[in-house]
Amino acid sequence: MPATLAQKLWDSHVVRTSPGEPDLLYVDLHLVHEVTSPQAFEGLRLAGRHVRRPDLTLATMDHNVPTRGGARAADELSRKQMEVLAENCRREGIPLHQIGSRRQGIVHVIGPELGLTQPGMLIVCGDSHTSTHGAFGALAFGIGTSEVELVLATQCLPQTRARDLAVTVDGELPLGVTAKDVVLGLIGRTGTSLGQGHLVEYRGSTIRGLSMEGRMTICNMSIEWGAKAGMVAPDDTTFAYLERRPYAPRGTAWDGAVDRWRSFATDSGAVYDQEIHLDATSLEPHVTWGTNPGQVAPVTGRVPEPRSDTDARALRYMDLRAGTAFADIAIDRVFIGSCTNARLEDLRAAAHVIAGKHVHPKVRAMVVPGSTTVKRAAEEEGLDAIFKAAGFEWRNAGCSMCLGMNPDILAPGERCASTSNRNFEGRQGAGGRTHLMSPPMAAAAAVTGHLVDVRELI
Amino acid sequence: MEPVKRVTGRMAPLDRADVDTDQIIPKQFLKRIERTGYGPFLFYDWRQAPDFALNRPEYQGASVLVTGANFGCGSSREHAPWAIRDAGYRAIISPSFADIFLANCYKTGLLAVTLPEGQVRHLIDLVSEDPTAEVTVDLESQQVRGEAFAYRFEIDAFARDCLLGGLDEIGLVERHESAIAAFEARRDAWLPAVRS
Repeated sequence: MPATLAQKLWDSHVVRTSPGEPDLLYVDLHLVHEVTSPQAFEGLRLAGRHVRRPDLTLATMDHNVPTRGGARAADELSRKQMEVLAENCRREGIPLHQIGSRRQGIVHVIGPELGLTQPGMLIVCGDSHTSTHGAFGALAFGIGTSEVELVLATQCLPQTRARDLAVTVDGELPLGVTAKDVVLGLIGRTGTSLGQGHLVEYRGSTIRGLSMEGRMTICNMSIEWGAKAGMVAPDDTTFAYLERRPYAPRGTAWDGAVDRWRSFATDSGAVYDQEIHLDATSLEPHVTWGTNPGQVAPVTGRVPEPRSDTDARALRYMDLRAGTAFADIAIDRVFIGSCTNARLEDLRAAAHVIAGKHVHPKVRAMVVPGSTTVKRAAEEEGLDAIFKAAGFEWRNAGCSMCLGMNPDILAPGERCASTSNRNFEGRQGAGGRTHLMSPPMAAAAAVTGHLVDVRELI
Repeated sequence: MEPVKRVTGRMAPLDRADVDTDQIIPKQFLKRIERTGYGPFLFYDWRQAPDFALNRPEYQGASVLVTGANFGCGSSREHAPWAIRDAGYRAIISPSFADIFLANCYKTGLLAVTLPEGQVRHLIDLVSEDPTAEVTVDLESQQVRGEAFAYRFEIDAFARDCLLGGLDEIGLVERHESAIAAFEARRDAWLPAVRS
């Protein structure tokens, strides 16, 4: 029977199936970070259990690492959390990329760049943006701390089969419109919960034409419309990205792997439970105006009239009035970073916009590369010099102001143009106001000091 | 985990949709390495407003949180259900929950149940008029009952068994050791393993 990509990924990981019970799935890669793991390791220790497959587990420090001044700049609780992770990894033999090491970075950036994220795998992490890895044709989703403990102990996870949803995006992206605008435009249509209980496959000519970085941006934000996972079938773009990465198969193993990877595609005639179509050619650069990612509109427009209590609350929090042109909204801060948009291609796109220009005098802007590897690569091609010359702060890798667990936060009332994934109340700092957008759009806002259509600058 | 069969108590209304886990427990309180002690920080930013519903004296001591759709969206932090439980709630009723949050509730022994929008609206109206109104969320009979109503709810059968039995899920999975070992033996050899 013809099967979807998601069904094939699911079926190839079933350890055990029994009527009336969830399927028991095997996890190929378990990514671990400092914030959602300490209680899981403690649970193991109290029960006298150990990590079953430390060789299929990788830890990094990202959520609360300082982005300047080294590990010692962290507050005492953050430092303690990092120490506890290091100790847990030492005791259980789990490889760890700790702060200051060559390959440290955001967990969803380092997995792919190391070549550990490969088609056909099942990947979990105690972090909702684990859906990022689906860009490689993997089944990847976020789990809670109790599930982290379960996977550490057994390398397995009982899961009830989710439904299939296809999002087909066709057509060429207009100039200035990016993968971020595709996913923001999509969430603007679906709202924040349509994806609940669904494994989403992104397909169509637009998706095929995207780089791996663009596909990761889209899969990353699957969770923002409630989806359990997002994925893209692997193709030559995927294989070209993976080839010669540190953990990619080599020699004859590479050829075998590619043959196997090609089988992870939806068969013709396979049926999805639900389908959504999006025309890329009519998309414009998007910005969010509210406090959830579904409150979003093309930057050419105006702040909309509230259609619900939620909208009205959001406008009050954001201190915005319906009818205001987006281009009239001044900003205080710019954040280019996060697991959504802090890969080399994102930094290049932002640098392209600001090259030869300067950050507006009233704006404080920063770039936080997604990983130490991204930072190094950007410096090798001189992107850091472009950012610094324009007046951007050039920081070390981490989650930083995407969630503000480290000192990088907005002051109350500050308004930020951000390339991250969530505009929730207080997300980037209590009382802070977030407008989500693409890296080129954030760069353009940095230069003009207000929300602006990047197409006016390029 | 303690078995969870039913929760009886007063309700507290949080009449908002799309409540994300950043609101439930803001990030500055995620730095603890314990599973407990999060109660005082539940809805920390919202509670700074004196008129926030959960601050009102009549809702203190409530054990059933009644709230809008897509509750618990956003971050996977299990600290969210830990904080809700620590603050004294034992059940949450909403038209829908975000997937990861719902799974986390079950693992934490929080009885999260979904009812249709109209029935949730009835409960919010009821408790807004009469804060002393009690409900029973009964997992065995799959009902939310009050003085003059009984609403049936659906719940994942396996999650229900785990809650009713107070089952240790790791122990349950460990029983399938031979199936796990057999699966490991047939995994593709080229799949990556992480080197130290």
